[in-house]
Amino acid sequence: MSGHDWPLWEVFVRSKGGLSHRHVGSVHAPDAELALRHARDTYTRRMEGVSLWVVPSAEIVASDPDETGELFEPAESKIYRHPTFYDIPDEVKHI
Amino acid sequence: MTPRSPAKAGAQERASAAAAAPWTPASAGKQLDFGTEYLLRLGDDALVLGQRLSEWCGHGPALEVDISLANLALDLVGQATLLLNEAGDGDQLAFHRDVLDFKNCLLVEQPNGDFAQTIARHLLYTTWQHMLLQRLTQLGDQFLREFATKAVKEIAYHRELASEWTIRLGDGTEESTRRMAEGLDWNWRFVPELFEVDDGLQAAIDAGIAPDPREFENDYRTAIAAVLAEARLEPPADQRPILGGRRGHHSEHLGHLLAVMQFLPRTYPDATW
Repeated sequence: MSGHDWPLWEVFVRSKGGLSHRHVGSVHAPDAELALRHARDTYTRRMEGVSLWVVPSAEIVASDPDETGELFEPAESKIYRHPTFYDIPDEVKHI
Repeated sequence: MTPRSPAKAGAQERASAAAAAPWTPASAGKQLDFGTEYLLRLGDDALVLGQRLSEWCGHGPALEVDISLANLALDLVGQATLLLNEAGDGDQLAFHRDVLDFKNCLLVEQPNGDFAQTIARHLLYTTWQHMLLQRLTQLGDQFLREFATKAVKEIAYHRELASEWTIRLGDGTEESTRRMAEGLDWNWRFVPELFEVDDGLQAAIDAGIAPDPREFENDYRTAIAAVLAEARLEPPADQRPILGGRRGHHSEHLGHLLAVMQFLPRTYPDATW
């Protein structure tokens, strides 16, 4: 199989109205229109979604793994930033 | 029981195209009731094209395309299951009928060739099928109307995907343009059969269960020409049309397809999986 000279696209699926799109994986495709169709055929064939986004993987700006320490570790000791000091009503979903 | 008005009784009789005479093994080689005949034509088109596309499984030009083609195949096999089960026993019809009793058009049995030839066949067939299904949703047979309402959405996608690929291959590299043109050229001579109206189809048209394909032949030619124009391809020159699939006169390719498809249930009649 070839096709790997095609650019990579990241695929995001909204599983139902009101929820956010979530990253589900990636596809190769020659352009945006076919990337959407490949994403549809690969990731929504079992009724997983009501909306699709595809984004060129090359356009994703990623954090540097070498900077993990300075980027993320300072958050570890900040328990007061978590909204855990009050009760969430049962009826509130998706938090 | 309350007496039914004649008009209502007529509608009742047409509630199923195959109610009068479902297909049985004894029907082989015989003249069929026009409703059963029409179900077999549509069902065999879907079955044979679905089987053809499934030959791509594991051989697609890219993993994503492999999955796309398998999805298209599954849509068509699903449609065939509905249609053939309405015409009789679907498994019996699919696996225990011989080539002369298959009613599919010649276009769908044509070999896959390369990816461009497969796309050419799919463009030419599903553009026709989409226009047919759109009209079937408006006609008098309840089963076919409900079937068409479901299938028309599937085939709209097939038609779009085939159009997109035709445009990309036609307006692509020198090699892809050549292959797309050759794929269209191979399949072009089987288009006229899609618009042929014989006595069996005329009876179904007169009964109000089948659209007359001649009514949308101009729309079809215009739609295909528009895709080819966007693909920067010339429509192939018209060739001598090849007809006869609907009467069981098939190309050599169908026998090979059936041999693969029917081998297991014929060799192991009690097999289950």
